[in-house]
Amino acid sequence: MLDIENIRTQFPILGKQIDGRPLVYLDNAATTQKPRAVLDRMVEFCERSCASVHRASHYLGEEATAAYEEARETVRRFLNAPSADEIVFTRGATEAINLAADSFGRAFVADGDEVVISEMEHHSNIVPWQVMCRRRGAKLKVLPMNDDGMLEMDALDRLITERTRLICVTHVSNVLGTVNDVRAVARKARSVGVPVLVDGAQSVQHFPVDVRELGCDFLVFSGHKMYADTGIGGLYAKREWLEEMPPYQTGGGMIESVSFEETRYASLPYKFEAGTGNIVGAVSLSAAIVFLEGLGMPEISARDASLVEYARRSLRRMGGVKVYGDAIECSGAVSFNLEGVHPQDAGSVLDKLGIAVRAGRHCAEPLMRRYGVPGMIRASFGVYNTEGEVDALIDGLRRVRSMMSVGTH
Amino acid sequence: MGKPKQPKADRDATIDAAQERILEETAHLTDWMARYEYLIELGKKFEAPSDLRIGENALQGCQSQVWLKAENREGKVHFWADSDSVITRGILSLLLRVLNDRSPREVSEADLYFIERLGLSRHLSPSRADGLGMIVKRMRLFSDESRRAPETQRSSDAQRP
Repeated sequence: MLDIENIRTQFPILGKQIDGRPLVYLDNAATTQKPRAVLDRMVEFCERSCASVHRASHYLGEEATAAYEEARETVRRFLNAPSADEIVFTRGATEAINLAADSFGRAFVADGDEVVISEMEHHSNIVPWQVMCRRRGAKLKVLPMNDDGMLEMDALDRLITERTRLICVTHVSNVLGTVNDVRAVARKARSVGVPVLVDGAQSVQHFPVDVRELGCDFLVFSGHKMYADTGIGGLYAKREWLEEMPPYQTGGGMIESVSFEETRYASLPYKFEAGTGNIVGAVSLSAAIVFLEGLGMPEISARDASLVEYARRSLRRMGGVKVYGDAIECSGAVSFNLEGVHPQDAGSVLDKLGIAVRAGRHCAEPLMRRYGVPGMIRASFGVYNTEGEVDALIDGLRRVRSMMSVGTH
Repeated sequence: MGKPKQPKADRDATIDAAQERILEETAHLTDWMARYEYLIELGKKFEAPSDLRIGENALQGCQSQVWLKAENREGKVHFWADSDSVITRGILSLLLRVLNDRSPREVSEADLYFIERLGLSRHLSPSRADGLGMIVKRMRLFSDESRRAPETQRSSDAQRP
C-alpha cells in the first residue's frame, strides 16, 4: 500500500496556501505536480550536464546525450516496447498524434480510405485526424459510446471496412475516467489487419501499460501528466510503421546526409526528431518514471481505483449531483454537475476555497453534446490525493449549493 | 417583447464615480463569500434581451458562454451582455452599470479598478476562460473604433479579430 502522507511530503507545491486555505489539487488530468526527485534531477542536469545532444564532440555533449538516450530507454522499459528506436520524443501527446496523423496519413491513407475514432476522444485525438482525412480525401468515422460512457464495441464490427486504415481510441477518457478495453479493440483490428493508435495521455500514470500486451501499433503520452515537466512526451510506434512513414518535420538532427540535390534521413527514431529536443524535459520524464516505478505501478493502480471509487460514491451520496458515466472500470477522474448550477460558477467558488478542479468542456465538445450539457466539473487525481481531499471537495460543493440557494434541503 | 432591463449607467456620474458608488455599496461585504453571494444575487436579477444569445454576439470562451452587443448611439456607447454563468452575469451587471452610455473615449481610457478592489481580478486574468477579460477587451476595442468613426456602429465591427 502507498504511504500517501510520505508521498505528499515529496511534492513541495502541496504545502501552498490559496487565499489562506490549504491547496486541494484535483486537476491532475490537466497537469500533475512534480516531486522533489524530478525537480532535483532537472536542476542537477542543468548544473552539471547541460549541452546539446548527438552533435557535440565534447565531454558535456556526451554526458547530455547519454542522459537523453537513457531517458528514451527508461520510457521503453516503462511501456515494455521492444526497442528504444520505437520511442520518439515529442512535445507531448498532442504533438505525437499530429506526427502520427501527418506521417501515417501521407504514407498510408488515400482518397476514399477511412479512419475510425471514438465519441469520447479529447480534441487532440479528433482534430489531427479530421485535418488529415480532409487532406487525403479520407472519411472519419466515429465509434459511439453508451450512456454509461463505455464504447459500443459491437459497433466496431460495422464500422471497420476494407477501407479502414487506422483506429484511434483513448485508453482512458479524460472526462469520464472510463478505461476502454483497448486490448479488445486491438484484437479486433488485428484480425482484419488494421493498426491501432492508443491515446495514453490519461492511462500511463495510473496503471501498468504494456504496449506488447495491449497489441497496439501506436501509443502517445504526455510527460506533464505523469509528474514530469511540460513540453515533453512521446510516441511509441512499431518499427514497421515508423520505417515506412515519412518525416514529420525536417531540419537538423534528423538527417544522415544533406546536399542541395538530395537529403538522406537519419535512422529511427531520429528521423522524427528534427531540431534540438527538450533535453531537460526528457531527463525529467526519466526521473518521473523512476519515481513512479519506485512507488510501484500496481500499487498506484490499486490506490487510484479506490480513490476514484470513493469520490464517485461520495458524490452520489450527496444527492442533487449528476455523475457522468458509469463504466465498469474507471481511472483518474470523475466528472459531474450540481443540479441547477453552472459548472463555471461551482468552479469559481471552489477556487476561492482553495480547491482546484476543472470546470468546462474539457476539450471534449462532442462528449458534452452527447450528454447535452454546457460543461462539467471534473475532479482528477494523482498519487498524492487523499480521501480527506475528496471530503473537502464535497464540503465545498455543499457550500456552492448553499450560496446558489438551490439546495435540496 | 419587453424592453431590455439591463442596468442603466449612473448617467450623471463619471466612470470613476460609478465605481466609487459600487465600492461604497459593497463596503459592508467584507469577505469573499459575501461578495460572491452579492454577485450571485445580482446575476439572478440580471435580465438580458432574449435575442442577445445568437451566434454573431457570442464570444469564444472555454468554460462559460458570453454574448456581447455594442452600439454607438449619438456619441455614447451602449452595451448588452449576457452569460450562462450566474457569477459572470453578476459581474457583467456591474460592468454595464459602470461603462454604459459613456463616451467612447471614457470607455477606452477607463481604469476599471473596482474589479480588483472587489477581489475579482482573477476573473479578468487571461488564464481565466470565463470570457470576462475578453468582454472588457471587446468593449474597449469597440470604443476605440467608435472614436475613429463616430457614426453609428454595429457590434460586429468590433468583433473582427
